[in-house]
Amino acid sequence: MSDKSGVIKTFAICGLLLLFTFFVPATFTGQHHEDNPVISEEDQHEMAEADFNAGEMIMEHIADSYEWHIITIGETHITIPLPVILYDESEWHVFMSSKFHHGHNTFKGYFISHDDINAGKIVRKDADGNEIRPYLDISITKNVLAIFMSMFLMMFVFISVARAYTRRKDHAPKGLQSFVEPIIIFIRDDIAKASIGEKKYEKYLPFLLTIFFFILINNVLGIIPFFPGGANVTGNIGVTGVLAVFTFIITTFSGNKNYWTHIVNAPGVPWWLKFPVPLMPVVELMGVFTKPFVLMVRLFANITAGHIIILGFISLIFIFGEMSTGLGFGVSVISVGFSIFMDFLELLVAFIQAYVFTLLSALYFGMATEEAHH
Amino acid sequence: MSLINPGFGLVIWMTIALIVVLYVLGKYAWKPIMNALKEREDSIEESLRAADKAREEMKDLQFDNEKLLREAKDDRDAILREARKIKEKILDEAKDKANIEAGIIVESAKERIQNEKRAAIIEIKNSIATISIEIAEKILREEFKDKKKQAVYIEKMLKETRLN
Repeated sequence: MSDKSGVIKTFAICGLLLLFTFFVPATFTGQHHEDNPVISEEDQHEMAEADFNAGEMIMEHIADSYEWHIITIGETHITIPLPVILYDESEWHVFMSSKFHHGHNTFKGYFISHDDINAGKIVRKDADGNEIRPYLDISITKNVLAIFMSMFLMMFVFISVARAYTRRKDHAPKGLQSFVEPIIIFIRDDIAKASIGEKKYEKYLPFLLTIFFFILINNVLGIIPFFPGGANVTGNIGVTGVLAVFTFIITTFSGNKNYWTHIVNAPGVPWWLKFPVPLMPVVELMGVFTKPFVLMVRLFANITAGHIIILGFISLIFIFGEMSTGLGFGVSVISVGFSIFMDFLELLVAFIQAYVFTLLSALYFGMATEEAHH
Repeated sequence: MSLINPGFGLVIWMTIALIVVLYVLGKYAWKPIMNALKEREDSIEESLRAADKAREEMKDLQFDNEKLLREAKDDRDAILREARKIKEKILDEAKDKANIEAGIIVESAKERIQNEKRAAIIEIKNSIATISIEIAEKILREEFKDKKKQAVYIEKMLKETRLN
């Protein structure tokens, strides 16, 4: 009973906090470019265009950023500046992102692009005046910091849990331990053992547990709209890509003879599908690459889509609010209702996607290590 | 478009972070957790098995107890039956003996009665004889008061005797 009410409380808090964030974009739009000392022609053009641009606002919230925006009060942006690390023209440039003054300033020739392809990324102008990316950009961006924080959180949680296990041997779990234990056992028994098999699952379990908790933690943190949440880590194709590549590498390296035989010369398939045109082998080989690709896209798309829908609902308030203040307040009731509903849905999706990614990875490992059976 | 355009720096940092975390968690978290879970499950299973075994033994013990009890009951019944039989035998024997004894006693009593009876009859006979003789003496005395009659009778007697 008590943990159920705890979950409801958490939902309620999330909803309330979401309410607060509604007002952030409002202040955004009002003074978007006022406090910058150097206004480019582009910016002036944008200002004249429209006060509130829903698409731009949504993209700003979903995309990676060189600073971690917390709140804007009046005309003051409160952000956490993050280090920018560039390697360009055989030279390292390391400076804080606050040098850009929230994207309106140029520093050492570098500035944040507003162009379509490189929007939100650091660029510089080349000799012809085209925007080009620096040779290497390994800045600690918002997402990188969020990844580090979630990794540290995981290490802290699970190492302390592990210590609890060794300290309280053969005792019933307690506290944090009893919270994560059912999940760990679920992953071990219903994902790893069920998909890979009793004999070989142990080797893959650390990876499965790590990606499951990494995805879950970042999915949930992504729903929370302010620091330390708010970073769209699992809705970033780079992050999901890395996870999928790990699954791909592990699958490929643990593939046994049976696995490769099935790809090159699938048994039970008519010979004319393999020779002279190797149709089946080509399809199978494509499958090897589409599997991780699908993993990458599924997680990215699910999480990003959820965020876009919520941000879309919230944008409605400001779109209507621009028409008339009363209309904005009226729409806010409906928008907030839908946003809360979407938040619940996203919380569900957070668990489902973490589960699906882990389960499919386990299934691929299971396929790669399956012994021939006749 | 920036959405599906992965940031190079992000990918690098993500890869490094994931490798580090995989290593650290694999060594310091998952391994001890898994070992502890397995140990605990083993110990639980062992305990359950031990409990099962104890229950089985208990059942056996109970069965043994019941068997012992039943045997004891049977023994008791047998002993009782035997005792009853012996009792009956003893009673029968006693009865027989008593009958025989009684027979002997009755027999001897009869004999004694017979003897007494015979003695009594003899005594009666003797008494009758004596009385008869006395009566005869008295009669004779009365009869032979008269001398003449006496002489006649003796004559007659004598005659009779000669004839014999």
